[in-house]
Amino acid sequence: MSGQGIAQILVYAVVLIALAYPLGLYMARVYTSERFGWRWLQAIEQGFYGLVRTDGRREQDWKSYAKTVLVFSIAFSAVVYAIQRLQGHLFLNPDHLKAVPSHIALNTTASFITNTNWQYYGGEYTMSYLTQMSDLAVQQYVSAAVGMAVLVAVVRGLARRNAKELGNFWVDLYRSLVYILLPLTVILGVVLLSQGVPQTFSGAASAHTLEGATQTIARGPVALMIAIKQLGTNGGGFFNSNSAVPFENPNGITNFLELIAILLIPAAQVFMFGKMVLARRHAWMVFAAMFVVFAAGVAIALPTEQHGSQVLRASGVNITQGHGQSGGNMSDKEVRFGIANTALWATATTDASNGSVSGGHDAFTAYGGAVPLLNIFFGEVIFGGVGSGLYGMFFYIVLAVFIAGLMVGRTPEYLGKKIGAREIKYAALGALFVPTMVLALTALSIVTKSGLASVFNPGAHGFTEALYAYTSQSNNNGSAFAGYGATNFSAELGAVAMYLGRFAPLLAALALGGALAGKKTTPASVGTFRTDGPTFVVLLVGVILLTAGLMVFPALTLGPIVEGLSH
Amino acid sequence: MLRDLRSSVIAVVVLTVVFGLAIPAAVTGFAQLAFAHQANGSLIKVNGKVVGSELAAQSFAQPRYFHERPSATAPAYNADGTTFANLGPTNPQLAANVAKEAKAILKLEGPYNPGLTIHDIPVDAVTTSGSGIDPAISPAYARLQSKRVAAVRHLPLSIVKSLINDNTDDRSLGFFGEPAVNVLKLNIALDRQAG
Repeated sequence: MSGQGIAQILVYAVVLIALAYPLGLYMARVYTSERFGWRWLQAIEQGFYGLVRTDGRREQDWKSYAKTVLVFSIAFSAVVYAIQRLQGHLFLNPDHLKAVPSHIALNTTASFITNTNWQYYGGEYTMSYLTQMSDLAVQQYVSAAVGMAVLVAVVRGLARRNAKELGNFWVDLYRSLVYILLPLTVILGVVLLSQGVPQTFSGAASAHTLEGATQTIARGPVALMIAIKQLGTNGGGFFNSNSAVPFENPNGITNFLELIAILLIPAAQVFMFGKMVLARRHAWMVFAAMFVVFAAGVAIALPTEQHGSQVLRASGVNITQGHGQSGGNMSDKEVRFGIANTALWATATTDASNGSVSGGHDAFTAYGGAVPLLNIFFGEVIFGGVGSGLYGMFFYIVLAVFIAGLMVGRTPEYLGKKIGAREIKYAALGALFVPTMVLALTALSIVTKSGLASVFNPGAHGFTEALYAYTSQSNNNGSAFAGYGATNFSAELGAVAMYLGRFAPLLAALALGGALAGKKTTPASVGTFRTDGPTFVVLLVGVILLTAGLMVFPALTLGPIVEGLSH
Repeated sequence: MLRDLRSSVIAVVVLTVVFGLAIPAAVTGFAQLAFAHQANGSLIKVNGKVVGSELAAQSFAQPRYFHERPSATAPAYNADGTTFANLGPTNPQLAANVAKEAKAILKLEGPYNPGLTIHDIPVDAVTTSGSGIDPAISPAYARLQSKRVAAVRHLPLSIVKSLINDNTDDRSLGFFGEPAVNVLKLNIALDRQAG
């Protein structure tokens, strides 16, 4: 690992914390103020509530909140699907693209409603500008805001005592969209634009190359979509090769900013949570646990990618870093990012449930590619998706507190609330449902002929492709070992994985929040397990590794580990 | 339930119009006014004709030009269909592709670089890029090609080297990313030099 690489990563961590902390405090204010913003902004906000016929001051209990989330998501699913199918007859289609095939449209609908952004399609040659901008990108805002809203509801459940209500979904949705996602997106979008990310309604450009050939150059309304795709832990790009494409990510500055955007809101939400439950030290410990796992991932992925793949080492070409090259495993990576930035990106994008890629994960080395896989398998709680990351982390926290309680023989407490059988059930369901589903779906996909048809690479790597596909979709990440191909079978199975993977934990989290809201708080005693010290960090990381890590280990041995040991 | 459905349908329409049409339209308008070059794809014109984009590789086969990295798109350097190669780290196809690329480079550059072996070929020269349209090569690969280009064009090596320097994007702000030589811009500069 070069000094330059380490320095870039350290700067990344410092800038991330420096931006996330104040943003977290701001977000707490956005959600807790009865009235927020200037008067004209409040008037617009009230206008929206009038349109959707809600009284912003009337709150919902967890069941009512969950019902609204589900109905809203189903209604939007219908529109997302319809626009893809009808794009050939609609406007903003300068390159005359036809309707998206039904199974791809189904998978893509699930993908964008659930904040996954798995791409079984090549954006620039499948989706019209209208579909990209008014369909998929709208979901990049909305699915992010739904996750943020649900998180705030769950956090209210932790903060309140003897309460039933968790908040008003429409208020939480609106404020996430308008006061958090929109300003950040416009700022980032304009900066990206200034660096070379296109934003135009004109169709593809045509060029006569220096050697006299004709080249068609795809473009479109890209910049704004890339900003929200990064900020909302979405990951679905305008172009097939995603953030590796220079039109999405032209240089070192954009790469750095897009990298910051991946983790910014999930990191800020940890501090927001600390402020809302009045437990800032505890929030720092949660942040520390996330950061430790993140740093460990970088520490594995970076040197293994720099070391190079078996094929490249055996080939005899020069993979040594220095003298004008970054060396290492440059397969499916871009020169302007090199190894350090691509490895950092791969780790960040899979810790968060972002899933955008700046290099091809399928071509990563065995262990370098195992880091993103493992990150996703942890359940997208290491920062995780906007909202969904932290509410997913609460499952592990409750389990950790429970285990600590068992060890000292006291009733477990969290933030002054006694954890009972009901809470443990919700937490266990939230933590274990998705990993179990991943293993089942992967098994199904490799024992059936229709499943095997999607596998691209031979041997153990092919198994990893399938494992990665269902891990990524079930956990709503959306990155891929992109050789894994779309068939009707894999597209439909993936759609099921994404919907269940999104809404099962979401409902478990709301139920947990609802259960905790109804409890009274008791002051901490000497027997209370402290959640604001380093012991808690160790315990929390341990619980994550033991629960999810042990579940995936047998599958890892069949894929990356076998491949890593082979020549 | 019906209440939620009615609210949802209204919200879906409002959000789609505002976030999917109004805001992107406003930003696009601003982009076309303030950053027209970038907003339209950073296209490069030579003698009034668009010859490419500074952000997309294009095919170079003639020995008088610097060549790009290999591309997995179909056809190669398709800026309307980006893709990875997706070949795993132990895939025999990857080994075959790398060997083929290396052989071609040895054949092309060998005559201008006496004693050239496969160990002198930088890895980016034989591997596909992520996008398939990576507009850049490493400074090491540019250096390897510089003697051929200078000889074919009857230019002093020092001039070719200084043109490489002129068209190298160093780390942004001296810090982020890796140094990268923009091949299209370099080749345009070479053509201007000769003319």
